Amino acid sequence: MPEKFDCIVVGAGPAGTACAYELAKAGVNVLLLERGEYPGAKNVMGGVLYRQMLDEIIPGFYKEAPLERPIVEQRFMLLDKESAFTISYKGLEWAKEPYNNFTVLRAKFDQWFAQKAVEQGALLVCETVALECLVEDGRVVGVRTDRPEGDVYADVVVLADGVNSLLAKQLGFHKEWRPDEVALATMEIIKLDKKVIEDRFNLEEGQGCTIELLGDATKGILGTGFLYTNKDTVSIGVGTLLSGLIKHKIKPYELLEYVKNHPMVRPFIEGGEPVEYLAHLIPEGGYRSMPKVVGHGVVVVGDAAQLVNAVHREGSNLAMTSGRLAAETIIMAKEYNDFSENMLDHYRVKLMESFIGQDLKKYKDVTSFFDKHTQYFEKYIPMLNRAASQMLAVDGLSKWEKQKKVWQTLGSTGEKLQLARDMLRAWRVVK
Amino acid sequence: MAEPVKKAQPAKKTETVKRRQQPAAQQEPTKAETIEEKQYLLRFRADTKSHLHVKDPDICLTKCPDKICTIFCPAEVYKWEEVRMHVGYEGCHECGSCRIGCPHQNIDWVYPKGGHGIVFRLG
Repeated sequence: MPEKFDCIVVGAGPAGTACAYELAKAGVNVLLLERGEYPGAKNVMGGVLYRQMLDEIIPGFYKEAPLERPIVEQRFMLLDKESAFTISYKGLEWAKEPYNNFTVLRAKFDQWFAQKAVEQGALLVCETVALECLVEDGRVVGVRTDRPEGDVYADVVVLADGVNSLLAKQLGFHKEWRPDEVALATMEIIKLDKKVIEDRFNLEEGQGCTIELLGDATKGILGTGFLYTNKDTVSIGVGTLLSGLIKHKIKPYELLEYVKNHPMVRPFIEGGEPVEYLAHLIPEGGYRSMPKVVGHGVVVVGDAAQLVNAVHREGSNLAMTSGRLAAETIIMAKEYNDFSENMLDHYRVKLMESFIGQDLKKYKDVTSFFDKHTQYFEKYIPMLNRAASQMLAVDGLSKWEKQKKVWQTLGSTGEKLQLARDMLRAWRVVK
Repeated sequence: MAEPVKKAQPAKKTETVKRRQQPAAQQEPTKAETIEEKQYLLRFRADTKSHLHVKDPDICLTKCPDKICTIFCPAEVYKWEEVRMHVGYEGCHECGSCRIGCPHQNIDWVYPKGGHGIVFRLG
């Protein structure tokens, strides 16, 4: 007699675990499947976890969760070859409750989060791959796992199987992603003394800083680098669209080395010892790449549904909220004992009405716009650096002459008009 | 489903448990500059069978002059050896880039068996 659950969640990442947690808490009999040796064993994130969305699930989680540092400063460095134009905000309101965000190491954090779901009553089974959805009369009725006699049944299956959602693809919810719908991120975790980190990043004890690296960090290809402080390590990484790596024939780990050795970056990590190297895909297609997220007896959450806000490097928070919204819908569906697509569609509606749908819509054209118009990263960031250098250098020229020179660095009249047009266009895309 | 387990199980007999070490002679801490050094930092529980397969080796040989997978794979899993593609699946990060980026959709990509493959300890 095969086992049957109320719900099977595939994948114990932020989306799946959030969903399983909420379901178990409501008394739903839920199986949480994880293919890794433990939750987090397969998961990679630059490392920023936003407080709000998890707080809605586990109030005050930050008092016990394995977090690295609360972020008090967010810097943006627009890099040229040997210079950086830096913008930053630091605020001590972020150094205390309720906090804004934290750095986390996923292997630690995901295990903790999954354990919380287990405490609520979810059954976590690791080292188990869900090979395919079991479909009967057009309805998903369970999953086939790679365990012996591994068919498991449920009223509803939640696909939280990440960016490589082979299951959503199997159901025809989306075609294979295109190389311009995913970013390949590589990163290293580098060990450094706590005190050294705090000195180099200008931090009080225990506080954290994030630095986003734009421009020369990716050799002008669309993407970003990042440098985040953990307790006694820093995470440094770089992500570009896979299509960009293909077009420019760049090896991702060589790009990572390039970032590590950039003169504006190297002093932060000097003398540190790399302790882990990681690669992962980020779904960056946004709104236009969202697959079908609901079917008969099935919903799709998190990365599997392309729920990433690439502009604000948000993902795990969208994942958790999508998991929570899916759980709310499943709880309602259980009351009516109706797991049809029509009933489960409430999840899609809630998703699109939430900040997730709104933000994805807002930035729906950003990735493709900046991918197509390469001048922003290739041309304007270096130009900004030259202009700042010119303006700030004291060399005996009068300030009027300076302004004239800076004006000249913007190019001919035609180029200036183009610049103005480009700035307006960029504003329209992100506004 | 037989015997659900709540916790990670120890490695089974058929598995090769790998914890690659840095070369002992090296005194200075590694800077992990090369991909080989980066891969040494990782823990893998490799299966005995590959989860990655080139569907039609002839396509790599005759229709794919760039062999771009040998460039963009972040773990250098794919290496061209004169007439054939060597697939070092043991070092795979399971990122999915090869499946999506192969210009001929010539890679059959599945997840390694449960509990196998890469084991991230931190990030």
